[in-house]
Amino acid sequence: MISALDTWIVSLVTFIPLAGALFLLVSPRRDRDIRIFALVVSLLDFIFSLHLPVYFRRGPAGFQYEVNLHWITNPNIHYHIGVDGISMWLVVLTTFLTPLCVLISWNSIHNRVKEFFILLLVLETALIGVFVALDLFLFYFFWEATLIPMALLIGMYGHGRKVYAAIKFFLYTMIASMFMLAAILWLYAKTGTFDFVAVQTAIRNGQVENFMAAAPWLFLGFFIAFAVKVPLFPFHTWLPDAHVEAPTAGSVLLAGVLLKMGTYGMLRFNLGLFPEQSRSNAWWIMVLALIGIIYGALVAMVQPNMKKLIAYSSISHLGFVVLGIFSFTPAGLEGATFVMLAHGVSTGALFMLAGIIYERRHTYEISEFGGLATPMPVYATFFSFVVLASAGLPLLNGFVGEFLVLSGTFRDRAVYGILGATGVIWSSCYLLWMYQRVFFGKVHHEVNNTLGDLSMRERTALWPAAVAALVMGVAPLLWLNGIEPSVQATLGPITQMASKVVGQ
Amino acid sequence: MNGLPQIVPHAADYIRLLPEIVLSIFGIVVMLLDSVLDQHSSQRTLGAVALVGALATVAATLFQAQYPGLGFWNMIQVDSFSVFFHFLVAAVTALVILTSYEYMTVQEIRAGEYYALILFGAVGMSLMSSAVELVLIFIALEISSISTYVLAGFRRRAAVSSEASVKYFLLGSFATAFFLYGVALMFGASGSTNIHVIGGVIRSGQIPLLAYAGIALMFVGLGFKVAAAPFHIWTPDVYEGSPAPVVGFMSTAPKAAAFAVLLRIMFEADAPGRTGLIWVVAALSMTIGNIAALVQDNVKRLLAYSSIAHAGYLLIAFAALPNNGIPAVMFYLASYAAMNVGAFAVISHFANAGERYVTLEDYSGLGQRSPLLAAVLTIFLLSLIGIPVTGGFFAKFYVFSAALQANLVGLVIVGVLNSAVASYYYLRLIVFMYMREPRGEVPVMPVPAGVGTALAISLGATIYLGVLPGRVLDYASRSVGELLR
Repeated sequence: MISALDTWIVSLVTFIPLAGALFLLVSPRRDRDIRIFALVVSLLDFIFSLHLPVYFRRGPAGFQYEVNLHWITNPNIHYHIGVDGISMWLVVLTTFLTPLCVLISWNSIHNRVKEFFILLLVLETALIGVFVALDLFLFYFFWEATLIPMALLIGMYGHGRKVYAAIKFFLYTMIASMFMLAAILWLYAKTGTFDFVAVQTAIRNGQVENFMAAAPWLFLGFFIAFAVKVPLFPFHTWLPDAHVEAPTAGSVLLAGVLLKMGTYGMLRFNLGLFPEQSRSNAWWIMVLALIGIIYGALVAMVQPNMKKLIAYSSISHLGFVVLGIFSFTPAGLEGATFVMLAHGVSTGALFMLAGIIYERRHTYEISEFGGLATPMPVYATFFSFVVLASAGLPLLNGFVGEFLVLSGTFRDRAVYGILGATGVIWSSCYLLWMYQRVFFGKVHHEVNNTLGDLSMRERTALWPAAVAALVMGVAPLLWLNGIEPSVQATLGPITQMASKVVGQ
Repeated sequence: MNGLPQIVPHAADYIRLLPEIVLSIFGIVVMLLDSVLDQHSSQRTLGAVALVGALATVAATLFQAQYPGLGFWNMIQVDSFSVFFHFLVAAVTALVILTSYEYMTVQEIRAGEYYALILFGAVGMSLMSSAVELVLIFIALEISSISTYVLAGFRRRAAVSSEASVKYFLLGSFATAFFLYGVALMFGASGSTNIHVIGGVIRSGQIPLLAYAGIALMFVGLGFKVAAAPFHIWTPDVYEGSPAPVVGFMSTAPKAAAFAVLLRIMFEADAPGRTGLIWVVAALSMTIGNIAALVQDNVKRLLAYSSIAHAGYLLIAFAALPNNGIPAVMFYLASYAAMNVGAFAVISHFANAGERYVTLEDYSGLGQRSPLLAAVLTIFLLSLIGIPVTGGFFAKFYVFSAALQANLVGLVIVGVLNSAVASYYYLRLIVFMYMREPRGEVPVMPVPAGVGTALAISLGATIYLGVLPGRVLDYASRSVGELLR
């Protein structure tokens, strides 16, 4: 029983949401039933996904729960999926956030409800697919497949300049991923396979002709697609627009999971396939990451719009991830993975909180609020907890990852570590200052006095995120012991190479 | 028999011409019935007869596939290659007849010869793909062209339709004249009009200079038919003016047939000087088509420019090596036919009486008013962009990878950049459908059975080609061996 489940669990987790979406497609438009159904499906998927970490063998590196079937013979495409310690947690993060998204959209979406939840579930399948695909083609397919539901969610259910934001998001990522497609096609033309492991082996054994000449370009092809997604400075301009206009659930998944596709891609493909190029390009990538950390934080500080502030804070936090990845130290990579997860939880929660207040006041302008702690004490408590988690308070989830990243970066390049550390200070500045402006002082706008505190449903959506933030901060080893072997496996060829260089 | 040519054709010869014969018979039956039936009720009967004719042709094609070989004194050749195109043409014909069924009633066009002309056009297109004799190809080209010239002018109360017809006719005859001139020069250069003989002469070493001129002129004529730049000027006007189902027809079936002829001329006859010629035309078609499409507000014109761009993508494969290029072209044509016929079925249904609703504005809020129709059109548009799990993705994929294997990196880069640009204008239509408020005055009719069936089939084909492209591609690859004997 367990062994059959072991084989099919990844497929199951990936496609349960899609099956739910297909069922919704043919079901009648009874909004309440649709919401409940979407919640049940996403919860079910979360429960199934817990199988992955529970039965994951912590010792060995490499992929587990693998399935490798022929799909198309020409071109040679396999249905090859599986997870390692890194992608496993990203899958769980996705399945964790989706039910919360359903809960938070319960009342805020009242128009075209059926389409909304169909898109949300399709998006979940595509996101999980990105993390589990081990065939380059399959990966590209899921990668592109995330675009359409996300763009539609922004464009159909967003606010303000939603169409502009949706198109900008779509075109930015679409054009960037064309470069990745070209690189994938090149690899296929030379190796005859899309299989990640096979391509990796072929490259390591030097069986790919003309590889040395093409590798810098291939590296860049992958890198641009990922950098736009992260987004790394200067490719970040789509993100604030997309976030501000997106509906709350869209923002949660966008910041919580979609951005991680980019950093995951760098970790898996840039480091996995092109270790040498990663090493030689690391210095400028780290510079861009540092610019992102500091610039994102400074811009966040002056934002009058709460959601835009959180969006820029994502740019800053994701800069840490990139910094950690390209430090090539175990601590840096583990930290980067941990920041991905922590940021998913805490920024997801921040966006939910912003969405809750938007539902009540229909604005994100910080100046419209003030003194909210009096009418909404529970809301204020949750908010302060999440803000502290996001700012990196020890014993909460933000601290562990950032600490590991910085200690890894110090070991690699001390100056970068020092500059990166300032990011931690900045982030507490803008977050706490925002908190002060929104919650403390007197209520200047009469209408704010009448705001109701959190409802049962909203609390249900926030509690899991808060608990996760605490547990991740107190017991990070639960996560790190799965991540560590995979990090070592990724770093293996890079450190070997480094020692070879030193040996000469 | 003293080496004298045999004068009476064999029975096998007729089998090798079976689809064309079936189509002609049904076309004639439609014409005859039209004169005996009551004018007001004839529409449905004639449509049904024509549909049966198209389906019978599909059956005839499948039957014919078991008897490959040359027929009619080496003038036509039945092989996997021509069977593929016969099937494609017959299937497109059937789908277009299904779409036209309702359209003719809504537009109040009462003319039985409409269906007859579609069938006769299909005769020409089928014959184009099986003919291996340049003069016969020319005749087939004329049969197909003349039918489409008339079909383009079928909304006779609309001035744009007549304009389309005349424009298409004048420029089209000019182009076929080019083709004929090319045939004449080729005959001068090689002493034959048979493609196999020409191929033999060209492969024997000495390539006469005249052959280059012949190829270039034939390419001009066919380039017009497939709407490749710089011979594309007619396309937007003709597509805008013609009845929408006819556009669905002439943007796919004649195009496929003309590409079949091009494949035979370029690969079977091993035309010299191919790469340079194609490089320029492909790059031009993609770029001009996509850039002009960016600013279109009429959906039919938008898809007209997109079809120019798609001709460009297709031509990339002609510059590649035959073993990869030919199957890529064939696969591309099949998936393009599926998605474009489908898209035009939606457009012709939505256009309503007098084709009043064909601008992007009219599509505002279709996603709310008719979710199913909008979703189907979205899938066709995503396929035209080339998003995975649709036929359009693998079509582009095979073309680009064929070109990469022939080291045409420059052309692939032009193509990839173009597909990025193209995604913008298809997306624009999707944005109008989903992200704009509906406009009250645009009516959306319930989808009739005919259009519904056509949509279901083309949607099924688009998805099938996107999920399991293997079988069609394998078939296409097999036919390469037969083509290059």
